[in-house]
Amino acid sequence: MSSSLAAEVPWPPSVEDFYLPPIVAGTDPWFTKVTLLVWVAVAALIIFFLVTYRDPKLVPTKRQWIAESIYGFVRNSVAKDLIGHDGVRFAPYLTTLFCFVLLTNLFGIVPGIQLSPNSHIAFPAVLAVISWALFNYIGIRQHGFAKYMKNSLVPPAPWFILPILIPIEFMSTFIFRPFTLAVRLFANMFAGHMILLVFTLGGFVMLNSNAWLAPVSVLSWLMAIALTFLEAMVIVLQAYVFTVLTASYVQGALAEEH
Amino acid sequence: MYLFAAEGGAEHNPIIPLWQEIVVGTVAFALLCYVLMKFVFPRMEQTFQARVEAIEGGIKRAEAAQAEANQLLEQYRAQLAEARTDAARIRDDARADAEGIRQDVLAKAREESDRIIAAGKEQLAAERATIVRELRTEVGTLAVDLAGKIVGESLADEARRKGTVERFLTDLESTGAR
Repeated sequence: MSSSLAAEVPWPPSVEDFYLPPIVAGTDPWFTKVTLLVWVAVAALIIFFLVTYRDPKLVPTKRQWIAESIYGFVRNSVAKDLIGHDGVRFAPYLTTLFCFVLLTNLFGIVPGIQLSPNSHIAFPAVLAVISWALFNYIGIRQHGFAKYMKNSLVPPAPWFILPILIPIEFMSTFIFRPFTLAVRLFANMFAGHMILLVFTLGGFVMLNSNAWLAPVSVLSWLMAIALTFLEAMVIVLQAYVFTVLTASYVQGALAEEH
Repeated sequence: MYLFAAEGGAEHNPIIPLWQEIVVGTVAFALLCYVLMKFVFPRMEQTFQARVEAIEGGIKRAEAAQAEANQLLEQYRAQLAEARTDAARIRDDARADAEGIRQDVLAKAREESDRIIAAGKEQLAAERATIVRELRTEVGTLAVDLAGKIVGESLADEARRKGTVERFLTDLESTGAR
Protein backbone atom coordinates (compact mmCIF):
# COMPACT_ATOMS: atom_id res chain seq x y z
CA MET A 1 0.00 0.00 0.00
CA SER A 2 2.56 2.52 1.12
CA SER A 3 4.96 1.65 -1.66
CA SER A 4 2.27 2.08 -4.27
CA LEU A 5 1.42 5.48 -2.77
CA ALA A 6 5.07 6.45 -2.85
CA ALA A 7 5.22 5.93 -6.56
CA GLU A 8 2.21 8.12 -7.13
CA VAL A 9 3.02 11.04 -4.86
CA PRO A 10 4.40 13.81 -7.04
CA TRP A 11 7.33 15.34 -5.28
CA PRO A 12 8.37 18.12 -5.02
CA PRO A 13 5.23 20.15 -5.78
CA SER A 14 5.76 22.24 -8.87
CA VAL A 15 4.05 24.76 -11.12
CA GLU A 16 2.77 21.87 -13.22
CA ASP A 17 0.57 20.78 -10.28
CA PHE A 18 -1.55 23.83 -11.05
CA TYR A 19 -2.07 22.76 -14.66
CA LEU A 20 -4.21 19.69 -14.45
CA PRO A 21 -5.00 17.68 -17.55
CA PRO A 22 -8.26 18.55 -19.34
CA ILE A 23 -11.43 16.90 -18.11
CA VAL A 24 -12.27 15.83 -21.66
CA ALA A 25 -9.23 14.90 -23.71
CA GLY A 26 -8.36 17.33 -26.48
CA THR A 27 -10.11 20.34 -24.91
CA ASP A 28 -7.03 21.62 -23.08
CA PRO A 29 -7.06 24.29 -21.76
CA TRP A 30 -10.66 25.24 -22.52
CA PHE A 31 -12.21 22.68 -20.26
CA THR A 32 -10.04 22.01 -17.23
CA LYS A 33 -10.72 21.91 -13.51
CA VAL A 34 -10.14 25.64 -13.11
CA THR A 35 -12.33 26.74 -15.98
CA LEU A 36 -15.04 24.37 -14.78
CA LEU A 37 -14.73 25.90 -11.29
CA VAL A 38 -15.13 29.38 -12.74
CA TRP A 39 -18.36 28.31 -14.43
CA VAL A 40 -19.49 26.59 -11.24
CA ALA A 41 -18.83 29.76 -9.26
CA VAL A 42 -20.74 31.90 -11.75
CA ALA A 43 -23.64 29.46 -11.84
CA ALA A 44 -23.74 29.12 -8.05
CA LEU A 45 -23.77 32.88 -7.52
CA ILE A 46 -26.42 33.49 -10.16
CA ILE A 47 -28.63 30.73 -8.77
CA PHE A 48 -28.11 31.83 -5.18
CA PHE A 49 -29.01 35.45 -5.82
CA LEU A 50 -31.86 34.75 -8.20
CA VAL A 51 -33.42 32.22 -5.85
CA THR A 52 -32.99 34.29 -2.70
CA TYR A 53 -34.20 37.42 -4.46
CA ARG A 54 -36.93 35.94 -6.57
CA ASP A 55 -39.66 37.40 -4.41
CA PRO A 56 -38.21 40.14 -2.17
CA LYS A 57 -40.24 41.11 0.84
CA LEU A 58 -40.13 44.25 2.95
CA VAL A 59 -39.65 42.01 5.95
CA PRO A 60 -36.95 39.69 4.61
CA THR A 61 -36.92 35.94 4.90
CA LYS A 62 -33.75 34.35 6.25
CA ARG A 63 -32.24 33.67 2.80
CA GLN A 64 -33.23 37.06 1.49
CA TRP A 65 -31.60 38.55 4.56
CA ILE A 66 -28.34 36.72 3.82
CA ALA A 67 -28.27 37.99 0.23
CA GLU A 68 -29.09 41.49 1.40
CA SER A 69 -26.40 41.35 4.06
CA ILE A 70 -23.72 40.51 1.48
CA TYR A 71 -24.82 43.35 -0.77
CA GLY A 72 -25.37 45.67 2.20
CA PHE A 73 -21.88 44.95 3.52
CA VAL A 74 -20.15 45.91 0.26
CA ARG A 75 -22.58 48.75 -0.38
CA ASN A 76 -22.19 50.40 3.03
CA SER A 77 -18.75 49.38 4.25
CA VAL A 78 -16.89 49.58 0.95
CA ALA A 79 -18.75 51.62 -1.64
CA LYS A 80 -20.25 54.26 0.66
CA ASP A 81 -17.36 54.51 3.10
CA LEU A 82 -14.65 54.77 0.47
CA ILE A 83 -16.29 56.56 -2.46
CA GLY A 84 -18.88 58.49 -0.49
CA HIS A 85 -22.57 58.87 -1.14
CA ASP A 86 -21.90 58.68 -4.88
CA GLY A 87 -20.45 55.21 -4.34
CA VAL A 88 -23.82 53.47 -4.12
CA ARG A 89 -23.97 53.29 -7.91
CA PHE A 90 -20.75 51.22 -7.92
CA ALA A 91 -22.07 48.90 -5.22
CA PRO A 92 -23.58 46.36 -7.68
CA TYR A 93 -20.29 45.89 -9.52
CA LEU A 94 -18.22 45.85 -6.34
CA THR A 95 -20.52 43.27 -4.79
CA THR A 96 -20.37 41.08 -7.89
CA LEU A 97 -16.59 41.36 -7.85
CA PHE A 98 -16.40 40.59 -4.13
CA CYS A 99 -18.67 37.55 -4.40
CA PHE A 100 -16.86 36.17 -7.42
CA VAL A 101 -13.39 36.55 -5.93
CA LEU A 102 -14.53 35.21 -2.56
CA LEU A 103 -16.19 32.12 -3.99
CA THR A 104 -13.41 31.28 -6.48
CA ASN A 105 -10.87 31.79 -3.68
CA LEU A 106 -12.93 29.58 -1.42
CA PHE A 107 -12.57 26.66 -3.82
CA GLY A 108 -8.93 26.56 -2.71
CA ILE A 109 -9.87 25.07 0.66
CA VAL A 110 -13.12 23.27 -0.08
CA PRO A 111 -12.36 19.59 0.54
CA GLY A 112 -12.48 17.64 -2.70
CA ILE A 113 -11.89 20.74 -4.83
CA GLN A 114 -8.93 22.45 -3.16
CA LEU A 115 -7.82 24.45 -6.17
CA SER A 116 -8.68 28.09 -6.66
CA PRO A 117 -9.09 29.39 -10.22
CA ASN A 118 -7.39 32.53 -8.96
CA SER A 119 -4.14 30.59 -8.70
CA HIS A 120 -4.11 30.94 -12.49
CA ILE A 121 -3.18 34.52 -13.19
CA ALA A 122 -5.56 34.76 -16.15
CA PHE A 123 -8.62 35.24 -13.89
CA PRO A 124 -7.20 37.85 -11.52
CA ALA A 125 -5.78 39.58 -14.63
CA VAL A 126 -9.22 39.83 -16.20
CA LEU A 127 -10.66 41.31 -12.99
CA ALA A 128 -7.73 43.71 -12.64
CA VAL A 129 -8.09 44.94 -16.22
CA ILE A 130 -11.80 45.53 -15.63
CA SER A 131 -11.01 47.53 -12.48
CA TRP A 132 -8.36 49.49 -14.40
CA ALA A 133 -10.75 50.24 -17.25
CA LEU A 134 -13.48 51.14 -14.77
CA PHE A 135 -11.55 53.72 -12.81
CA ASN A 136 -10.04 55.31 -15.91
CA TYR A 137 -13.42 55.46 -17.62
CA ILE A 138 -15.04 56.99 -14.54
CA GLY A 139 -12.23 59.53 -14.19
CA ILE A 140 -12.34 60.60 -17.85
CA ARG A 141 -16.12 60.86 -17.79
CA GLN A 142 -16.02 62.89 -14.59
CA HIS A 143 -13.30 65.38 -15.53
CA GLY A 144 -12.65 65.01 -19.25
CA PHE A 145 -9.49 63.40 -20.55
CA ALA A 146 -7.09 66.36 -20.14
CA LYS A 147 -8.16 67.28 -16.62
CA TYR A 148 -8.20 63.63 -15.55
CA MET A 149 -4.66 63.14 -16.83
CA LYS A 150 -3.55 66.30 -15.06
CA ASN A 151 -5.25 65.19 -11.83
CA SER A 152 -3.66 61.76 -12.09
CA LEU A 153 -0.19 62.66 -13.28
CA VAL A 154 0.68 66.11 -11.95
CA PRO A 155 0.97 66.19 -8.19
CA PRO A 156 1.09 69.56 -6.42
CA ALA A 157 4.89 69.84 -6.28
CA PRO A 158 7.58 72.33 -7.33
CA TRP A 159 7.99 72.38 -11.14
CA PHE A 160 11.55 71.10 -11.15
CA ILE A 161 10.55 67.80 -9.47
CA LEU A 162 7.74 67.19 -11.94
CA PRO A 163 9.96 65.57 -14.61
CA ILE A 164 10.70 62.84 -12.06
CA LEU A 165 7.25 62.68 -10.49
CA ILE A 166 5.18 62.49 -13.65
CA PRO A 167 6.73 59.23 -14.94
CA ILE A 168 6.48 57.76 -11.43
CA GLU A 169 2.84 58.74 -11.18
CA PHE A 170 2.17 57.38 -14.63
CA MET A 171 3.78 54.05 -13.83
CA SER A 172 2.09 53.71 -10.47
CA THR A 173 -1.37 54.67 -11.64
CA PHE A 174 -1.63 53.16 -15.07
CA ILE A 175 0.82 50.26 -15.04
CA PHE A 176 1.41 49.04 -11.50
CA ARG A 177 -2.16 49.34 -10.26
CA PRO A 178 -3.67 46.63 -12.49
CA PHE A 179 -0.48 44.58 -12.32
CA THR A 180 -0.29 44.57 -8.51
CA LEU A 181 -4.02 43.99 -8.26
CA ALA A 182 -3.74 40.86 -10.39
CA VAL A 183 -0.47 39.58 -8.95
CA ARG A 184 -1.50 40.15 -5.31
CA LEU A 185 -4.54 37.90 -5.66
CA PHE A 186 -2.84 35.37 -7.89
CA ALA A 187 0.26 35.07 -5.70
CA ASN A 188 -1.75 34.64 -2.52
CA MET A 189 -3.83 31.86 -4.00
CA PHE A 190 -0.85 30.27 -5.72
CA ALA A 191 1.27 30.31 -2.58
CA GLY A 192 -1.60 29.08 -0.44
CA HIS A 193 -2.15 26.09 -2.68
CA MET A 194 1.58 25.46 -2.84
CA ILE A 195 1.91 25.47 0.96
CA LEU A 196 -0.97 23.05 1.36
CA LEU A 197 0.61 20.81 -1.29
CA VAL A 198 3.96 20.87 0.48
CA PHE A 199 2.55 19.86 3.84
CA THR A 200 0.04 17.32 2.55
CA LEU A 201 2.28 15.62 -0.02
CA GLY A 202 5.27 15.97 2.30
CA GLY A 203 3.43 13.90 4.88
CA PHE A 204 3.01 11.09 2.35
CA VAL A 205 6.60 11.33 1.19
CA MET A 206 7.93 11.07 4.74
CA LEU A 207 5.59 8.22 5.60
CA ASN A 208 6.69 6.31 2.53
CA SER A 209 10.38 6.91 2.85
CA ASN A 210 10.76 5.77 6.45
CA ALA A 211 8.27 4.25 8.93
CA TRP A 212 10.05 6.11 11.75
CA LEU A 213 8.99 9.39 10.20
CA ALA A 214 5.28 8.54 10.56
CA PRO A 215 4.76 10.83 13.59
CA VAL A 216 6.36 13.69 11.68
CA SER A 217 4.12 13.08 8.72
CA VAL A 218 1.09 13.20 11.06
CA LEU A 219 2.40 16.53 12.31
CA SER A 220 2.79 17.61 8.70
CA TRP A 221 -0.88 16.81 7.99
CA LEU A 222 -1.96 18.63 11.15
CA MET A 223 0.01 21.59 9.88
CA ALA A 224 -1.81 21.28 6.56
CA ILE A 225 -5.14 21.49 8.44
CA ALA A 226 -3.99 24.47 10.49
CA LEU A 227 -2.72 26.20 7.35
CA THR A 228 -6.08 25.57 5.72
CA PHE A 229 -7.63 27.76 8.42
CA LEU A 230 -4.97 30.40 7.80
CA GLU A 231 -5.81 30.08 4.11
CA ALA A 232 -9.48 30.72 4.91
CA MET A 233 -8.49 34.03 6.44
CA VAL A 234 -6.30 34.92 3.45
CA ILE A 235 -9.16 34.05 1.09
CA VAL A 236 -11.62 36.43 2.73
CA LEU A 237 -8.96 39.09 3.18
CA GLN A 238 -7.84 38.99 -0.46
CA ALA A 239 -11.40 39.17 -1.75
CA TYR A 240 -11.95 42.16 0.51
CA VAL A 241 -8.67 43.81 -0.48
CA PHE A 242 -9.37 43.44 -4.19
CA THR A 243 -12.79 45.05 -3.75
CA VAL A 244 -11.54 47.82 -1.48
CA LEU A 245 -8.65 48.70 -3.81
CA THR A 246 -10.98 48.86 -6.80
CA ALA A 247 -13.32 51.13 -4.84
CA SER A 248 -10.39 53.25 -3.72
CA TYR A 249 -9.13 53.66 -7.32
CA VAL A 250 -12.61 54.72 -8.42
CA GLN A 251 -12.71 57.20 -5.54
CA GLY A 252 -9.32 58.58 -6.60
CA ALA A 253 -10.54 58.99 -10.18
CA LEU A 254 -13.66 60.81 -8.99
CA ALA A 255 -11.80 63.13 -6.60
CA GLU A 256 -11.31 66.73 -7.68
CA GLU A 257 -7.64 67.16 -6.82
CA HIS A 258 -4.71 64.86 -6.92
CA MET B 1 3.10 11.37 -14.58
CA TYR B 2 2.96 14.82 -12.91
CA LEU B 3 6.50 14.22 -11.79
CA PHE B 4 7.65 13.84 -15.34
CA ALA B 5 5.78 16.91 -16.39
CA ALA B 6 7.50 18.85 -13.65
CA GLU B 7 10.88 17.55 -14.57
CA GLY B 8 10.10 18.26 -18.15
CA GLY B 9 10.91 21.88 -17.43
CA ALA B 10 8.89 25.11 -17.42
CA GLU B 11 6.16 24.03 -19.71
CA HIS B 12 3.91 26.58 -17.96
CA ASN B 13 4.98 29.95 -16.66
CA PRO B 14 2.57 30.85 -13.82
CA ILE B 15 2.88 34.59 -14.47
CA ILE B 16 1.92 34.31 -18.15
CA PRO B 17 -1.85 33.95 -18.46
CA LEU B 18 -3.33 31.36 -20.82
CA TRP B 19 -5.37 33.23 -23.40
CA GLN B 20 -8.07 30.57 -23.34
CA GLU B 21 -8.53 31.12 -19.62
CA ILE B 22 -8.73 34.86 -20.18
CA VAL B 23 -11.56 34.26 -22.62
CA VAL B 24 -13.33 31.91 -20.21
CA GLY B 25 -12.85 34.30 -17.29
CA THR B 26 -14.07 37.31 -19.27
CA VAL B 27 -17.16 35.58 -20.59
CA ALA B 28 -18.05 33.95 -17.29
CA PHE B 29 -17.52 37.11 -15.26
CA ALA B 30 -19.41 39.22 -17.82
CA LEU B 31 -22.34 36.83 -17.56
CA LEU B 32 -22.23 37.01 -13.78
CA CYS B 33 -22.07 40.82 -13.86
CA TYR B 34 -24.91 41.02 -16.34
CA VAL B 35 -27.28 38.85 -14.34
CA LEU B 36 -26.48 40.18 -10.88
CA MET B 37 -26.23 43.86 -11.85
CA LYS B 38 -29.36 43.80 -13.97
CA PHE B 39 -31.72 41.50 -12.10
CA VAL B 40 -30.59 41.30 -8.50
CA PHE B 41 -28.87 44.35 -7.04
CA PRO B 42 -31.18 47.01 -8.52
CA ARG B 43 -34.08 45.13 -6.98
CA MET B 44 -32.23 45.11 -3.67
CA GLU B 45 -31.86 48.88 -3.90
CA GLN B 46 -35.59 49.09 -4.63
CA THR B 47 -36.34 46.93 -1.63
CA PHE B 48 -34.08 49.05 0.57
CA GLN B 49 -35.81 52.17 -0.71
CA ALA B 50 -39.24 50.67 -0.17
CA ARG B 51 -38.20 49.66 3.33
CA VAL B 52 -36.98 53.17 4.10
CA GLU B 53 -40.21 54.59 2.76
CA ALA B 54 -42.27 52.10 4.72
CA ILE B 55 -40.48 53.06 7.92
CA GLU B 56 -40.63 56.78 7.18
CA GLY B 57 -44.29 56.46 6.17
CA GLY B 58 -44.98 54.62 9.40
CA ILE B 59 -43.27 57.34 11.39
CA LYS B 60 -45.21 60.01 9.50
CA ARG B 61 -48.48 58.18 10.09
CA ALA B 62 -47.68 57.81 13.76
CA GLU B 63 -46.86 61.50 13.96
CA ALA B 64 -50.13 62.42 12.28
CA ALA B 65 -52.06 60.15 14.64
CA GLN B 66 -50.21 61.67 17.59
CA ALA B 67 -51.03 65.19 16.40
CA GLU B 68 -54.67 64.28 15.94
CA ALA B 69 -54.80 62.71 19.38
CA ASN B 70 -53.21 65.82 20.89
CA GLN B 71 -55.71 68.02 19.12
CA LEU B 72 -58.60 65.89 20.36
CA LEU B 73 -57.21 65.95 23.87
CA GLU B 74 -56.92 69.72 23.69
CA GLN B 75 -60.47 69.94 22.40
CA TYR B 76 -61.79 67.70 25.15
CA ARG B 77 -59.94 69.72 27.74
CA ALA B 78 -61.41 72.93 26.38
CA GLN B 79 -64.86 71.39 26.38
CA LEU B 80 -64.36 70.10 29.90
CA ALA B 81 -63.23 73.52 31.12
CA GLU B 82 -66.20 75.12 29.41
CA ALA B 83 -68.54 72.59 30.98
CA ARG B 84 -67.00 73.29 34.37
CA THR B 85 -67.47 77.01 33.92
CA ASP B 86 -71.05 76.41 32.83
CA ALA B 87 -71.70 74.18 35.80
CA ALA B 88 -70.23 76.75 38.17
CA ARG B 89 -72.30 79.49 36.57
CA ILE B 90 -75.44 77.38 36.78
CA ARG B 91 -74.71 76.59 40.42
CA ASP B 92 -74.17 80.24 41.18
CA ASP B 93 -77.36 81.18 39.39
CA ALA B 94 -79.27 78.47 41.21
CA ARG B 95 -77.85 79.64 44.49
CA ALA B 96 -78.80 83.22 43.71
CA ASP B 97 -82.27 82.13 42.62
CA ALA B 98 -82.72 80.11 45.76
CA GLU B 99 -81.66 83.08 47.86
CA GLY B 100 -84.08 85.33 45.96
CA ILE B 101 -86.90 82.85 46.38
CA ARG B 102 -86.15 82.52 50.05
CA GLN B 103 -86.20 86.29 50.47
CA ASP B 104 -89.47 86.50 48.57
CA VAL B 105 -91.02 83.77 50.61
CA LEU B 106 -89.79 85.35 53.81
CA ALA B 107 -91.08 88.77 52.75
CA LYS B 108 -94.42 87.33 51.77
CA ALA B 109 -94.66 85.39 54.99
CA ARG B 110 -93.77 88.47 56.97
CA GLU B 111 -96.33 90.48 55.03
CA GLU B 112 -98.91 87.78 55.53
CA SER B 113 -98.21 87.59 59.22
CA ASP B 114 -98.30 91.36 59.49
CA ARG B 115 -101.54 91.37 57.61
CA ILE B 116 -103.00 88.65 59.81
CA ILE B 117 -101.82 90.39 62.92
CA ALA B 118 -103.23 93.69 61.67
CA ALA B 119 -106.51 92.04 60.79
CA GLY B 120 -106.61 90.40 64.19
CA LYS B 121 -105.91 93.66 65.88
CA GLU B 122 -108.58 95.42 63.86
CA GLN B 123 -111.07 92.73 64.63
CA LEU B 124 -110.18 92.87 68.29
CA ALA B 125 -110.56 96.62 68.28
CA ALA B 126 -113.87 96.38 66.48
CA GLU B 127 -115.10 93.71 68.83
CA ARG B 128 -113.89 95.70 71.74
CA ALA B 129 -115.70 98.76 70.47
CA THR B 130 -118.84 96.74 69.97
CA ILE B 131 -118.58 95.21 73.40
CA VAL B 132 -117.89 98.60 74.88
CA ARG B 133 -120.91 100.02 73.09
CA GLU B 134 -123.11 97.14 74.17
CA LEU B 135 -121.77 97.26 77.66
CA ARG B 136 -122.35 100.95 77.80
CA THR B 137 -125.97 100.52 76.74
CA GLU B 138 -126.43 97.60 79.03
CA VAL B 139 -124.68 99.23 81.94
CA GLY B 140 -126.76 102.36 81.43
CA THR B 141 -129.97 100.33 81.26
CA LEU B 142 -128.99 98.25 84.23
CA ALA B 143 -127.98 101.26 86.21
CA VAL B 144 -131.19 103.11 85.38
CA ASP B 145 -133.24 99.99 86.10
CA LEU B 146 -131.42 99.51 89.35
CA ALA B 147 -131.75 103.12 90.32
CA GLY B 148 -135.40 103.08 89.32
CA LYS B 149 -135.99 100.03 91.52
CA ILE B 150 -134.19 101.72 94.27
CA VAL B 151 -135.93 104.99 93.82
CA GLY B 152 -139.20 103.33 93.04
CA GLU B 153 -140.13 104.97 89.84
CA SER B 154 -139.20 104.75 86.29
CA LEU B 155 -136.31 106.87 85.53
CA ALA B 156 -135.77 105.48 82.11
CA ASP B 157 -137.44 108.21 80.16
CA GLU B 158 -136.01 110.85 82.40
CA ALA B 159 -132.56 109.45 82.05
CA ARG B 160 -132.88 109.12 78.27
CA ARG B 161 -134.18 112.63 78.10
CA LYS B 162 -131.50 114.27 80.01
CA GLY B 163 -128.54 112.01 78.88
CA THR B 164 -127.66 111.42 82.49
CA VAL B 165 -126.32 107.97 81.89
CA GLU B 166 -124.28 109.03 78.93
CA ARG B 167 -122.76 111.90 80.85
CA PHE B 168 -122.01 109.69 83.78
CA LEU B 169 -120.35 107.10 81.71
CA THR B 170 -118.34 109.69 79.83
CA ASP B 171 -117.22 111.15 83.13
CA LEU B 172 -116.38 107.70 84.31
CA GLU B 173 -114.34 107.01 81.22
CA SER B 174 -112.48 110.28 81.41
CA THR B 175 -111.80 109.68 85.07
CA GLY B 176 -110.61 106.09 84.28
CA ALA B 177 -108.50 107.38 81.45
CA ARG B 178 -106.89 109.86 83.69
